[in-house]
Amino acid sequence: MKLAVDVARRLHGQGRTFELHARFECHHDVTVVFGPSGSGKSVTLQAVAGLMRPDSGRIVLGDRVLFDAAQGIDLPARERRVAYVFQDYALFPHLTVAQNVAFPLMRWWQRRLPPAVHERVMVMLEVFEIAHLAADHPGRLSGGQKQRVALARALVGEPALLLLDEPFSALDPLLRERMRHELLALRERFAVPLLVITHDPDDVATLAQDIIVFREGQVVTTGATLDMVHDVETGPQVRRAVRRFLSEAVAGGEDPP
Amino acid sequence: MLPLEGGAAAVWVPLALSLKVAGWATALVLVAGVAVAWFVARTRFRGREVFDAVMTLPMVMPPTVLGYYLLVLIGRRGWIGEWLDATFGIVLIFTWQGAVIAAAVVAFPLVYKAARAAFEEVPRQTENAARVLGASEWRVFANVTLPLAWRGILSGTMLAFARALGEFGATLMVAGSIPGKTQTLSIAVYEAVQAGQDGVANFLVITTSVVCIAVLVGSGRLLTARHP
Repeated sequence: MKLAVDVARRLHGQGRTFELHARFECHHDVTVVFGPSGSGKSVTLQAVAGLMRPDSGRIVLGDRVLFDAAQGIDLPARERRVAYVFQDYALFPHLTVAQNVAFPLMRWWQRRLPPAVHERVMVMLEVFEIAHLAADHPGRLSGGQKQRVALARALVGEPALLLLDEPFSALDPLLRERMRHELLALRERFAVPLLVITHDPDDVATLAQDIIVFREGQVVTTGATLDMVHDVETGPQVRRAVRRFLSEAVAGGEDPP
Repeated sequence: MLPLEGGAAAVWVPLALSLKVAGWATALVLVAGVAVAWFVARTRFRGREVFDAVMTLPMVMPPTVLGYYLLVLIGRRGWIGEWLDATFGIVLIFTWQGAVIAAAVVAFPLVYKAARAAFEEVPRQTENAARVLGASEWRVFANVTLPLAWRGILSGTMLAFARALGEFGATLMVAGSIPGKTQTLSIAVYEAVQAGQDGVANFLVITTSVVCIAVLVGSGRLLTARHP
Protein backbone atom coordinates (compact mmCIF):
# COMPACT_ATOMS: atom_id res chain seq x y z
CA MET A 1 0.00 0.00 0.00
CA LYS A 2 1.39 3.32 -1.02
CA LEU A 3 0.54 6.59 0.68
CA ALA A 4 1.47 9.82 -1.05
CA VAL A 5 1.03 13.08 0.85
CA ASP A 6 1.73 16.57 -0.38
CA VAL A 7 -0.23 19.13 1.61
CA ALA A 8 0.13 22.70 2.82
CA ARG A 9 -1.79 24.45 5.54
CA ARG A 10 -1.36 27.76 7.28
CA LEU A 11 -2.41 27.69 10.93
CA HIS A 12 -2.90 30.73 13.12
CA GLY A 13 -2.85 30.68 16.88
CA GLN A 14 -1.48 32.50 19.91
CA GLY A 15 -0.13 35.38 17.90
CA ARG A 16 2.01 33.30 15.58
CA THR A 17 1.55 31.63 12.24
CA PHE A 18 2.55 28.06 11.59
CA GLU A 19 3.22 26.95 8.05
CA LEU A 20 2.81 23.25 7.43
CA HIS A 21 4.21 21.84 4.25
CA ALA A 22 4.28 18.07 4.44
CA ARG A 23 5.46 16.13 1.45
CA PHE A 24 6.37 12.46 1.59
CA GLU A 25 5.57 8.99 0.29
CA CYS A 26 5.34 5.74 2.24
CA HIS A 27 6.13 2.52 0.43
CA HIS A 28 6.84 0.22 3.36
CA ASP A 29 4.47 -1.36 5.84
CA VAL A 30 5.65 0.58 8.85
CA THR A 31 6.49 4.26 8.60
CA VAL A 32 7.55 6.29 11.58
CA VAL A 33 6.93 10.03 11.72
CA PHE A 34 9.52 11.60 13.96
CA GLY A 35 10.10 15.15 15.13
CA PRO A 36 9.89 17.50 18.13
CA SER A 37 6.52 18.57 19.48
CA GLY A 38 4.89 21.29 17.42
CA SER A 39 6.70 20.30 14.25
CA GLY A 40 3.51 19.35 12.38
CA LYS A 41 3.36 15.56 12.86
CA SER A 42 -0.11 15.39 14.38
CA VAL A 43 -1.61 17.94 11.99
CA THR A 44 -0.31 15.90 9.09
CA LEU A 45 -1.90 12.71 10.42
CA GLN A 46 -5.17 14.58 10.93
CA ALA A 47 -5.04 15.65 7.31
CA VAL A 48 -4.57 12.03 6.22
CA ALA A 49 -7.50 10.94 8.42
CA GLY A 50 -9.76 13.70 7.12
CA LEU A 51 -9.98 15.59 10.41
CA MET A 52 -8.13 18.64 9.11
CA ARG A 53 -8.60 20.15 5.66
CA PRO A 54 -5.36 21.37 4.06
CA ASP A 55 -5.36 24.64 2.13
CA SER A 56 -3.84 22.93 -0.86
CA GLY A 57 -2.30 19.70 -2.02
CA ARG A 58 -3.18 16.08 -2.52
CA ILE A 59 -3.38 12.85 -0.51
CA VAL A 60 -3.50 9.49 -2.27
CA LEU A 61 -3.84 6.13 -0.52
CA GLY A 62 -3.28 3.16 -2.83
CA ASP A 63 -5.46 3.92 -5.85
CA ARG A 64 -7.88 6.16 -3.94
CA VAL A 65 -7.61 9.95 -3.96
CA LEU A 66 -8.55 11.02 -0.42
CA PHE A 67 -7.96 14.69 -0.96
CA ASP A 68 -7.19 16.87 -3.94
CA ALA A 69 -7.62 20.60 -3.51
CA ALA A 70 -7.26 21.30 -7.25
CA GLN A 71 -10.00 18.82 -8.20
CA GLY A 72 -12.18 19.67 -5.21
CA ILE A 73 -11.98 16.14 -3.77
CA ASP A 74 -12.22 15.85 0.01
CA LEU A 75 -13.48 12.49 1.21
CA PRO A 76 -15.11 12.78 4.65
CA ALA A 77 -13.25 11.00 7.45
CA ARG A 78 -15.92 8.28 7.65
CA GLU A 79 -15.30 7.21 4.04
CA ARG A 80 -11.49 7.15 4.10
CA ARG A 81 -11.02 3.76 5.81
CA VAL A 82 -8.12 5.31 7.71
CA ALA A 83 -8.14 4.24 11.36
CA TYR A 84 -6.63 6.51 14.01
CA VAL A 85 -5.44 5.55 17.48
CA PHE A 86 -5.24 8.81 19.39
CA GLN A 87 -2.61 9.58 22.00
CA ASP A 88 -5.21 9.46 24.79
CA TYR A 89 -7.02 6.63 22.96
CA ALA A 90 -10.33 8.62 22.89
CA LEU A 91 -12.41 5.62 23.95
CA PHE A 92 -16.14 6.23 24.39
CA PRO A 93 -16.53 6.53 28.18
CA HIS A 94 -20.27 5.80 28.12
CA LEU A 95 -19.87 2.48 26.28
CA THR A 96 -18.51 -0.86 27.48
CA VAL A 97 -15.33 -2.34 26.00
CA ALA A 98 -17.42 -4.61 23.75
CA GLN A 99 -19.61 -1.69 22.61
CA ASN A 100 -16.50 0.42 21.93
CA VAL A 101 -15.02 -2.27 19.72
CA ALA A 102 -18.41 -2.87 18.05
CA PHE A 103 -18.89 0.85 17.25
CA PRO A 104 -17.67 0.71 13.61
CA LEU A 105 -20.02 -2.22 12.94
CA MET A 106 -23.19 -0.70 14.40
CA ARG A 107 -26.00 1.58 13.19
CA TRP A 108 -27.01 4.61 15.19
CA TRP A 109 -30.33 3.19 16.41
CA GLN A 110 -28.88 -0.16 17.53
CA ARG A 111 -28.44 -0.55 21.26
CA ARG A 112 -27.59 -4.27 21.49
CA LEU A 113 -24.96 -6.01 19.43
CA PRO A 114 -26.50 -8.15 16.65
CA PRO A 115 -25.29 -11.81 16.86
CA ALA A 116 -22.91 -11.50 13.90
CA VAL A 117 -21.36 -8.32 15.32
CA HIS A 118 -21.10 -9.85 18.78
CA GLU A 119 -19.23 -12.82 17.35
CA ARG A 120 -16.80 -10.64 15.44
CA VAL A 121 -16.21 -8.41 18.45
CA MET A 122 -15.53 -11.38 20.72
CA VAL A 123 -12.95 -12.69 18.25
CA MET A 124 -11.21 -9.29 18.36
CA LEU A 125 -11.32 -9.21 22.16
CA GLU A 126 -9.73 -12.68 22.23
CA VAL A 127 -6.97 -11.57 19.87
CA PHE A 128 -6.21 -8.61 22.12
CA GLU A 129 -6.56 -10.68 25.31
CA ILE A 130 -9.24 -8.40 26.73
CA ALA A 131 -12.27 -10.71 26.48
CA HIS A 132 -12.61 -10.69 30.28
CA LEU A 133 -13.09 -6.90 30.17
CA ALA A 134 -15.93 -6.97 27.61
CA ALA A 135 -18.55 -5.60 30.02
CA ASP A 136 -16.31 -3.01 31.72
CA HIS A 137 -16.32 0.72 31.01
CA PRO A 138 -13.06 2.39 29.88
CA GLY A 139 -12.83 4.40 33.11
CA ARG A 140 -11.93 1.17 34.96
CA LEU A 141 -9.11 0.10 32.65
CA SER A 142 -5.33 0.50 32.94
CA GLY A 143 -3.36 2.36 30.27
CA GLY A 144 -2.25 -0.85 28.57
CA GLN A 145 -5.78 -2.23 28.54
CA LYS A 146 -7.14 1.01 27.09
CA GLN A 147 -4.60 0.82 24.30
CA ARG A 148 -5.67 -2.72 23.43
CA VAL A 149 -9.30 -1.60 23.28
CA ALA A 150 -8.34 1.33 21.06
CA LEU A 151 -6.37 -0.96 18.72
CA ALA A 152 -9.17 -3.54 18.57
CA ARG A 153 -11.70 -0.79 17.82
CA ALA A 154 -9.47 0.67 15.11
CA LEU A 155 -8.84 -2.67 13.40
CA VAL A 156 -12.26 -4.33 13.59
CA GLY A 157 -13.48 -2.40 10.54
CA GLU A 158 -10.50 -3.59 8.44
CA PRO A 159 -9.01 -0.17 7.64
CA ALA A 160 -6.70 0.44 4.70
CA LEU A 161 -4.24 2.32 6.90
CA LEU A 162 -3.70 2.63 10.66
CA LEU A 163 -2.43 5.90 12.14
CA LEU A 164 -1.00 5.90 15.65
CA ASP A 165 -0.21 9.11 17.54
CA GLU A 166 2.50 8.48 20.16
CA PRO A 167 1.03 5.06 20.91
CA PHE A 168 3.37 4.18 23.78
CA SER A 169 3.96 7.51 25.50
CA ALA A 170 1.30 6.81 28.16
CA LEU A 171 2.72 3.39 29.06
CA ASP A 172 5.47 2.44 31.47
CA PRO A 173 8.83 1.50 29.83
CA LEU A 174 8.52 -2.28 30.35
CA LEU A 175 5.09 -2.40 28.79
CA ARG A 176 6.27 -0.12 26.01
CA GLU A 177 8.83 -2.60 24.71
CA ARG A 178 6.26 -5.41 24.78
CA MET A 179 3.61 -3.37 22.98
CA ARG A 180 6.07 -2.46 20.22
CA HIS A 181 6.47 -6.12 19.38
CA GLU A 182 2.75 -6.74 19.71
CA LEU A 183 2.10 -3.93 17.29
CA LEU A 184 4.39 -5.50 14.71
CA ALA A 185 2.64 -8.86 15.21
CA LEU A 186 -0.72 -7.13 14.69
CA ARG A 187 0.52 -5.57 11.52
CA GLU A 188 1.27 -9.03 10.17
CA ARG A 189 -2.02 -10.48 11.34
CA PHE A 190 -4.26 -7.73 9.97
CA ALA A 191 -2.06 -6.88 6.99
CA VAL A 192 -2.53 -3.16 7.59
CA PRO A 193 0.17 -0.57 6.95
CA LEU A 194 1.10 1.59 9.93
CA LEU A 195 1.98 5.27 10.16
CA VAL A 196 3.29 5.95 13.65
CA ILE A 197 4.06 9.32 15.24
CA THR A 198 6.70 9.27 17.92
CA HIS A 199 9.46 11.22 19.50
CA ASP A 200 10.90 8.18 21.19
CA PRO A 201 14.06 6.95 19.34
CA ASP A 202 13.45 3.43 20.71
CA ASP A 203 10.20 3.33 18.73
CA VAL A 204 12.13 4.22 15.62
CA ALA A 205 14.69 1.50 16.21
CA THR A 206 12.10 -1.23 16.77
CA LEU A 207 9.37 -0.24 14.33
CA ALA A 208 10.63 1.83 11.47
CA GLN A 209 11.01 0.56 7.96
CA ASP A 210 10.49 4.03 6.60
CA ILE A 211 11.12 7.23 8.47
CA ILE A 212 9.89 10.76 7.98
CA VAL A 213 11.44 13.52 10.03
CA PHE A 214 9.58 16.78 10.64
CA ARG A 215 11.03 20.08 11.70
CA GLU A 216 9.04 23.31 11.92
CA GLY A 217 6.27 22.12 9.66
CA GLN A 218 8.57 20.76 6.97
CA VAL A 219 9.64 17.24 6.13
CA VAL A 220 13.42 17.38 6.38
CA THR A 221 14.35 13.74 5.79
CA THR A 222 12.57 10.68 4.50
CA GLY A 223 12.88 7.04 3.62
CA ALA A 224 16.16 5.48 2.60
CA THR A 225 18.12 7.21 5.33
CA LEU A 226 17.07 4.39 7.59
CA ASP A 227 19.14 1.87 5.64
CA MET A 228 22.09 3.54 7.19
CA VAL A 229 20.71 2.95 10.66
CA HIS A 230 20.06 -0.71 9.99
CA ASP A 231 23.61 -1.22 8.76
CA VAL A 232 24.80 -0.71 12.29
CA GLU A 233 24.98 -3.77 14.55
CA THR A 234 21.87 -4.68 16.49
CA GLY A 235 21.09 -3.93 20.12
CA PRO A 236 21.90 -0.74 22.01
CA GLN A 237 24.24 0.32 19.28
CA VAL A 238 21.33 0.69 16.90
CA ARG A 239 19.50 2.85 19.40
CA ARG A 240 22.52 5.05 19.87
CA ALA A 241 22.95 5.36 16.14
CA VAL A 242 19.29 6.20 15.69
CA ARG A 243 19.47 8.73 18.47
CA ARG A 244 22.49 10.38 16.91
CA PHE A 245 20.98 10.29 13.46
CA LEU A 246 17.72 11.74 14.63
CA SER A 247 19.17 14.48 16.76
CA GLU A 248 21.17 15.51 13.71
CA ALA A 249 18.07 15.40 11.56
CA VAL A 250 16.07 17.61 13.88
CA ALA A 251 18.98 19.83 14.84
CA GLY A 252 17.60 23.26 15.45
CA GLY A 253 14.59 21.67 17.13
CA GLU A 254 14.70 20.30 20.63
CA ASP A 255 16.52 17.07 21.47
CA PRO A 256 14.47 13.92 21.59
CA PRO A 257 13.62 13.02 25.19
CA MET B 1 -57.14 20.30 55.39
CA LEU B 2 -57.48 24.03 55.27
CA PRO B 3 -60.87 25.38 54.34
CA LEU B 4 -60.55 26.45 50.71
CA GLU B 5 -62.47 29.41 49.40
CA GLY B 6 -64.04 28.49 46.05
CA GLY B 7 -63.62 24.75 46.73
CA ALA B 8 -60.89 22.36 45.59
CA ALA B 9 -61.23 23.59 42.01
CA ALA B 10 -59.65 26.89 43.06
CA VAL B 11 -56.44 24.92 43.64
CA TRP B 12 -56.54 22.09 41.14
CA VAL B 13 -57.56 24.08 38.09
CA PRO B 14 -54.60 26.50 38.18
CA LEU B 15 -52.26 23.67 39.20
CA ALA B 16 -53.32 21.49 36.27
CA LEU B 17 -53.08 24.46 33.90
CA SER B 18 -49.61 25.31 35.17
CA LEU B 19 -48.43 21.74 34.68
CA LYS B 20 -49.82 21.74 31.13
CA VAL B 21 -48.25 25.10 30.27
CA ALA B 22 -44.91 24.25 31.90
CA GLY B 23 -44.86 20.81 30.23
CA TRP B 24 -45.39 22.20 26.74
CA ALA B 25 -42.97 25.07 27.34
CA THR B 26 -40.30 22.63 28.57
CA ALA B 27 -40.74 20.39 25.52
CA LEU B 28 -40.38 23.37 23.17
CA VAL B 29 -37.39 24.74 25.01
CA LEU B 30 -35.67 21.33 25.16
CA VAL B 31 -35.70 20.98 21.38
CA ALA B 32 -34.85 24.61 20.64
CA GLY B 33 -32.29 24.96 23.45
CA VAL B 34 -30.38 21.80 22.49
CA ALA B 35 -30.37 22.72 18.79
CA VAL B 36 -29.13 26.28 19.36
CA ALA B 37 -26.61 25.17 22.01
CA TRP B 38 -25.17 22.52 19.71
CA PHE B 39 -24.88 25.07 16.91
CA VAL B 40 -23.09 27.63 19.09
CA ALA B 41 -20.82 25.04 20.74
CA ARG B 42 -19.72 23.45 17.46
CA THR B 43 -19.43 26.31 14.97
CA ARG B 44 -17.41 29.47 14.78
CA PHE B 45 -19.09 32.52 13.27
CA ARG B 46 -18.85 36.27 13.47
CA GLY B 47 -20.87 37.75 16.30
CA ARG B 48 -20.99 34.47 18.20
CA GLU B 49 -20.60 36.18 21.56
CA VAL B 50 -23.33 38.71 20.78
CA PHE B 51 -25.62 35.90 19.65
CA ASP B 52 -24.87 34.05 22.89
CA ALA B 53 -25.73 37.17 24.90
CA VAL B 54 -29.06 37.58 23.08
CA MET B 55 -29.94 33.93 23.74
CA THR B 56 -29.16 34.43 27.44
CA LEU B 57 -31.00 37.75 27.71
CA PRO B 58 -34.34 36.36 29.02
CA MET B 59 -32.47 35.16 32.11
CA VAL B 60 -31.53 38.66 33.22
CA MET B 61 -34.28 40.86 31.78
CA PRO B 62 -37.39 41.72 33.81
CA PRO B 63 -40.21 39.36 32.75
CA THR B 64 -42.46 42.35 32.08
CA VAL B 65 -39.97 43.63 29.51
CA LEU B 66 -40.00 40.20 27.85
CA GLY B 67 -43.80 40.27 28.00
CA TYR B 68 -43.77 43.59 26.23
CA TYR B 69 -41.45 42.27 23.52
CA LEU B 70 -43.75 39.30 23.08
CA LEU B 71 -46.78 41.59 22.72
CA VAL B 72 -44.93 43.50 20.03
CA LEU B 73 -44.18 40.22 18.25
CA ILE B 74 -47.22 38.03 18.72
CA GLY B 75 -49.88 40.54 19.85
CA ARG B 76 -52.96 40.99 17.69
CA ARG B 77 -51.23 43.75 15.78
CA GLY B 78 -47.72 42.42 16.38
CA TRP B 79 -45.29 41.57 13.56
CA ILE B 80 -45.91 37.84 13.73
CA GLY B 81 -49.30 37.99 15.45
CA GLU B 82 -50.98 39.94 12.67
CA TRP B 83 -49.67 37.53 10.05
CA LEU B 84 -50.74 34.47 12.10
CA ASP B 85 -54.22 35.92 12.51
CA ALA B 86 -54.59 36.86 8.83
CA THR B 87 -53.13 33.61 7.46
CA PHE B 88 -54.24 30.91 9.87
CA GLY B 89 -56.74 32.69 12.08
CA ILE B 90 -54.52 31.94 15.08
CA VAL B 91 -54.61 34.35 18.00
CA LEU B 92 -52.07 33.62 20.73
CA ILE B 93 -52.78 36.52 23.02
CA PHE B 94 -54.93 35.69 26.09
CA THR B 95 -54.78 31.94 25.38
CA TRP B 96 -52.99 29.13 27.20
CA GLN B 97 -50.81 28.71 24.11
CA GLY B 98 -49.71 32.31 24.62
CA ALA B 99 -48.80 31.39 28.19
CA VAL B 100 -46.72 28.48 26.81
CA ILE B 101 -44.76 30.88 24.60
CA ALA B 102 -44.18 33.32 27.45
CA ALA B 103 -42.98 30.52 29.75
CA ALA B 104 -40.80 29.04 27.00
CA VAL B 105 -39.01 32.33 26.30
CA VAL B 106 -38.28 32.85 29.98
CA ALA B 107 -37.09 29.25 30.50
CA PHE B 108 -35.06 29.00 27.26
CA PRO B 109 -31.70 30.26 28.61
CA LEU B 110 -31.68 27.61 31.35
CA VAL B 111 -31.66 24.78 28.80
CA TYR B 112 -29.46 26.67 26.35
CA LYS B 113 -26.76 27.51 28.92
CA ALA B 114 -26.71 24.02 30.43
CA ALA B 115 -26.66 22.30 27.03
CA ARG B 116 -23.92 24.55 25.68
CA ALA B 117 -21.70 23.88 28.69
CA ALA B 118 -22.42 20.14 28.42
CA PHE B 119 -21.59 20.06 24.70
CA GLU B 120 -18.39 22.02 25.22
CA GLU B 121 -17.24 19.47 27.79
CA VAL B 122 -17.45 16.63 25.28
CA PRO B 123 -13.87 16.23 23.97
CA ARG B 124 -13.55 16.94 20.24
CA GLN B 125 -11.14 14.03 20.08
CA THR B 126 -13.87 11.61 21.16
CA GLU B 127 -16.14 12.90 18.40
CA ASN B 128 -13.29 12.66 15.90
CA ALA B 129 -12.67 9.06 16.96
CA ALA B 130 -16.27 8.30 15.98
CA ARG B 131 -15.88 10.05 12.60
CA VAL B 132 -12.74 8.10 11.78
CA LEU B 133 -14.59 4.89 12.71
CA GLY B 134 -17.14 5.61 9.99
CA ALA B 135 -19.84 7.52 11.87
CA SER B 136 -21.97 10.11 10.04
CA GLU B 137 -22.38 13.55 11.62
CA TRP B 138 -25.84 12.52 12.83
CA ARG B 139 -24.43 9.37 14.40
CA VAL B 140 -21.64 11.34 16.09
CA PHE B 141 -24.34 13.52 17.66
CA ALA B 142 -26.79 10.73 18.54
CA ASN B 143 -24.31 8.11 19.77
CA VAL B 144 -21.45 10.17 21.21
CA THR B 145 -22.16 13.86 21.85
CA LEU B 146 -25.68 13.53 23.22
CA PRO B 147 -25.05 10.52 25.51
CA LEU B 148 -22.03 12.33 26.98
CA ALA B 149 -23.94 15.59 27.44
CA TRP B 150 -27.39 14.39 28.47
CA ARG B 151 -26.92 14.76 32.22
CA GLY B 152 -26.16 18.44 31.88
CA ILE B 153 -28.99 18.91 29.40
CA LEU B 154 -31.51 17.09 31.59
CA SER B 155 -30.44 19.08 34.63
CA GLY B 156 -30.97 22.33 32.72
CA THR B 157 -34.31 21.04 31.47
CA MET B 158 -35.51 20.38 35.00
CA LEU B 159 -34.58 23.91 36.03
CA ALA B 160 -36.39 25.19 32.94
CA PHE B 161 -39.50 23.25 33.98
CA ALA B 162 -39.39 24.76 37.47
CA ARG B 163 -38.89 28.22 36.00
CA ALA B 164 -41.77 27.74 33.55
CA LEU B 165 -43.99 26.50 36.36
CA GLY B 166 -43.36 29.67 38.34
CA GLU B 167 -43.55 32.14 35.44
CA PHE B 168 -45.57 35.23 36.33
CA GLY B 169 -44.73 38.55 34.69
CA ALA B 170 -44.46 37.69 31.00
CA THR B 171 -47.37 35.26 31.25
CA LEU B 172 -49.61 37.87 32.83
CA MET B 173 -48.83 40.38 30.10
CA VAL B 174 -49.26 37.95 27.21
CA ALA B 175 -52.00 35.64 28.46
CA GLY B 176 -53.68 37.64 31.20
CA SER B 177 -55.40 36.06 34.17
CA ILE B 178 -58.50 34.29 32.93
CA PRO B 179 -59.59 31.70 35.54
CA GLY B 180 -59.58 28.19 34.09
CA LYS B 181 -57.98 29.41 30.86
CA THR B 182 -54.80 31.33 31.47
CA GLN B 183 -54.72 31.74 35.24
CA THR B 184 -51.66 29.68 36.15
CA LEU B 185 -50.45 28.77 39.63
CA SER B 186 -48.35 31.82 40.31
CA ILE B 187 -51.01 34.18 38.95
CA ALA B 188 -53.64 32.36 41.05
CA VAL B 189 -51.48 32.95 44.14
CA TYR B 190 -51.40 36.65 43.37
CA GLU B 191 -55.17 36.77 42.80
CA ALA B 192 -55.87 34.74 45.95
CA VAL B 193 -53.77 37.07 48.10
CA GLN B 194 -55.42 40.12 46.53
CA ALA B 195 -58.83 38.62 47.26
CA GLY B 196 -57.87 37.67 50.83
CA GLN B 197 -58.29 33.93 50.17
CA ASP B 198 -55.47 32.86 52.48
CA GLY B 199 -56.39 29.15 52.41
CA VAL B 200 -56.03 28.93 48.65
CA ALA B 201 -52.87 31.04 48.69
CA ASN B 202 -51.25 28.85 51.38
CA PHE B 203 -52.06 25.65 49.58
CA LEU B 204 -50.78 26.94 46.23
CA VAL B 205 -47.60 28.30 47.79
CA ILE B 206 -46.80 25.04 49.56
CA THR B 207 -47.50 22.98 46.42
CA THR B 208 -45.23 25.21 44.34
CA SER B 209 -42.45 25.07 46.93
CA VAL B 210 -42.54 21.26 47.14
CA VAL B 211 -42.41 20.85 43.35
CA CYS B 212 -39.51 23.31 43.04
CA ILE B 213 -37.48 21.68 45.83
CA ALA B 214 -38.00 18.25 44.25
CA VAL B 215 -36.82 19.58 40.89
CA LEU B 216 -33.72 21.25 42.37
CA VAL B 217 -32.69 18.14 44.31
CA GLY B 218 -33.22 15.95 41.24
CA SER B 219 -31.25 18.28 39.00
CA GLY B 220 -28.40 18.51 41.51
CA ARG B 221 -28.16 14.71 41.69
CA LEU B 222 -27.97 14.45 37.91
CA LEU B 223 -25.04 16.84 37.81
CA THR B 224 -22.98 15.15 40.52
CA ALA B 225 -23.49 11.58 39.24
CA ARG B 226 -20.62 10.40 37.05
CA HIS B 227 -19.97 7.68 34.58
CA PRO B 228 -18.69 4.47 36.18
